[in-house]
Amino acid sequence: MNNEKFVYVTYIATTPEKVWKALLEGELTRQYWMHENVSDWKPGSQWQHVADDGKGTIRLVGEVLESVPNRRLVLTWGEPADAADKAKHSRVAIDIETVADMVRLTVTHDEFKPGTDVLPKVASGWPRVLSSLKSFLETGRPLNTWA
Amino acid sequence: MPTKEIDRVFKALADPSRRELIDRLHARNGQTLSELCEGLKMARQSVTQHLGVLEAANLISVQWQGREKRHYFNPVPIHEVYERWIRKFEQQRLEALHGLKRKLERNSHE
Repeated sequence: MNNEKFVYVTYIATTPEKVWKALLEGELTRQYWMHENVSDWKPGSQWQHVADDGKGTIRLVGEVLESVPNRRLVLTWGEPADAADKAKHSRVAIDIETVADMVRLTVTHDEFKPGTDVLPKVASGWPRVLSSLKSFLETGRPLNTWA
Repeated sequence: MPTKEIDRVFKALADPSRRELIDRLHARNGQTLSELCEGLKMARQSVTQHLGVLEAANLISVQWQGREKRHYFNPVPIHEVYERWIRKFEQQRLEALHGLKRKLERNSHE
């Protein structure tokens, strides 16, 4: 296993509840992420990252490992081609904490497996998603980052 | 991004030693203080201080792995700076182009 690990942090002037909803509700993720995250978010359930392209293209799949509302979400993260092969999935942990009057949102992405395509996409992907989420929650406007 | 946060990012990046530390983490993420000090001319105490400034600017984050404190480069604030100035500029250019197109198309109908 590749022991590379990425940690992305953003501080958002909002509440943990709003961050949690913004990560999981398709109505919201579509606005700043151009995708929907689909699952019942129970540990052991599957989840899918679905493009808002009118065709419902599935871009990522995985399993929900941990789910503590408004606090912590841990997912496996794989290419659709590797849906059945969990050994090829990487892992994403999302932590939501209150720090003074802000929310600290931390995304830790690790457990990358050799021979998968996920690692190069991570470095440019998360900063865009988190910047857009921050703007969306603070100003009501996402960043036009996927245009 | 609020002005105070932006100030902290630019101040943190204004120092070549701090940029070198970021470069080192960019090359290999998750290093400990000792690993970061290896081959550097800076005193350990200076490295600690610089890491503190970078952490306050949210340019690095720290995670404990057992008894080891590991440092990770966090590019999110730099991405926000990019979004604020670079992309905005691109958008203005695109809007100017769009305005020109509409004007030319209007003229050709007259």
